Amino acid sequence: MNIDQQTIRGIAHLARLEFDAKDEASLLTDFNKILTWMDKLNELDTTNVAPLIHMSEEVNVLREDVAKVTLSHAEALFNAPKKDSDYIRVPKFLG
Amino acid sequence: MHMDKLIIDKYQPVIGLEVHCQLATLSKIFTPDSTEFGQLPNTNVSVITLAHPGTLPLLNKKVVEYAVKMGLAVGSTISRNNFFDRKNYFYPDLPKGYQTTQDKAPICIGGAVKIKLKNGEVKNIRLNRIHMEDDAGKNLHLAEETDTLVDYNRAGVPLIEIVSEPDIRTSEEAYAFLGEIRKLVRYLEICDGNLEEGSMRCDANISVMLKGASEYGKKVEVKNMNSLRNVQRAIEHEIERQIELVEKGEAIFSETRQFDATTGDTHGMRAKEELNDYRYFPEPDLQPLRISDQWLADIKSTLPALPAELYEKFTNQYGLPEYDANVLTDTKEIALYFDELCTHTQNYKAASNWVMGAVKSHLNELTLHIHQFPIKPVALAQLIALIDSGKVSNTVATQNIFPEMLKGTGKLPLQIAESMNLIQESDTSSLQLWIDEALAANPAKVAEYKGGKTGILSMFMGDIMKKSKGKADPKVTTELLKKAIENLN
Repeated sequence: MNIDQQTIRGIAHLARLEFDAKDEASLLTDFNKILTWMDKLNELDTTNVAPLIHMSEEVNVLREDVAKVTLSHAEALFNAPKKDSDYIRVPKFLG
Repeated sequence: MHMDKLIIDKYQPVIGLEVHCQLATLSKIFTPDSTEFGQLPNTNVSVITLAHPGTLPLLNKKVVEYAVKMGLAVGSTISRNNFFDRKNYFYPDLPKGYQTTQDKAPICIGGAVKIKLKNGEVKNIRLNRIHMEDDAGKNLHLAEETDTLVDYNRAGVPLIEIVSEPDIRTSEEAYAFLGEIRKLVRYLEICDGNLEEGSMRCDANISVMLKGASEYGKKVEVKNMNSLRNVQRAIEHEIERQIELVEKGEAIFSETRQFDATTGDTHGMRAKEELNDYRYFPEPDLQPLRISDQWLADIKSTLPALPAELYEKFTNQYGLPEYDANVLTDTKEIALYFDELCTHTQNYKAASNWVMGAVKSHLNELTLHIHQFPIKPVALAQLIALIDSGKVSNTVATQNIFPEMLKGTGKLPLQIAESMNLIQESDTSSLQLWIDEALAANPAKVAEYKGGKTGILSMFMGDIMKKSKGKADPKVTTELLKKAIENLN
């Protein structure tokens, strides 16, 4: 399978990544290597094989509906690059 | 925009609804943060909500139970093997960079909701699915601020999304469908169903096609309709907008449009926000959820009586008119109060009249909840029995005894009637005495009656009522009076 520049740029946009032309070329090579390997896997007939979603056999790891305070308000805001006393602040993205 | 009805009638609107309900749990879907509304911004958060690296979500058991309850109430098939998916997108209201939802394996599949239309028609609206997911935080775009302010208190609040099939044809049907969903979640007590405050939200997928066409038109998604009435208005507007475009030969774009409640208009959102490619994939951080026969049976056993069942009971078993059954089953609390009342009386129609009339208007007037209503069903049943036995008239019961009972002194209706001297006189001997007096005082009028002026009877009734201080039982008195006057020579 071959991936084109258009697809690389589309994925980069969705992932909010930016890179220059040189990096783009090397990404294209890496992507294609990975996808060629995937093509190899695709040679296997997996009809009637359920997809493996989880590696462990564990099911129903649940918690009871109990409310707890685990972070203080100050701690909650601590790592925000920009904040005021109540809110986390981000660049405005709507008129 | 008001369009010629003849043009509108050429087209068939096709509507599907997506209803999001915030589940009334104490804690969030994957974290123990409180779900309490109206807290200071960014106080109901945890490292999981804020998506700190290395943190792992844990599914809230109650969320599963509430979703299953809803599925059972609408006749869905409950999926026994569940997993979650990540719906990836970047937006500041979602620190994880993805919404945790069920794309491939929704917990409830299929089912249907019955709606009743104004013309009496009953229609089945099929459901596609109900799935569980987490809510996003809130972005505040204030005009005076250069930043967008973000509050993560809502991020992670549990939602179920109820998706209908495109079975809805009119705005009235959409209104009825949403109303029915709201009634159900309130009966099940899994969501407070408050559209205005956003604990229940509705998006509509709308398209139009020429009647008889075999292919649906391009669908447009309308968001931001925060009341039942607005859902109806927005759909009506969108249908006309699309018809107008088709009539002009213009293309309809598949897009998302926002409803504006002040103008009643919809407007397109920026094309940029439309470029979404969610790249769903299974959520590896949450272990699969398996619902055993036993668990399913346990949840089933907690289901309350549902509005449709109570409606059936009220119309069939109690023989009430459809109108009464509709009003009485509108809320669970009133329905249960009425049902309890009917265990103490056989006069179901009188019971219905009391609950729909005096009881409801008292609750509305004081904006009380039925739990705060001072008259227990058993006491109200005694009042009904008192009227039925002829001891008090309906008027006296409504105007004198009921208000006294509302004071909540716990006095029985009979005690009140006796202490206020309201017991109707149906003892024939004292009635006879007043009748004889009245007739003796007016020989001329008696003659008039005998001459054919039967209307004169009401004058005598008035006299007797006065003498009895209003306590003469009108029914018994009328009979005795007629007999007495005819026996006079």
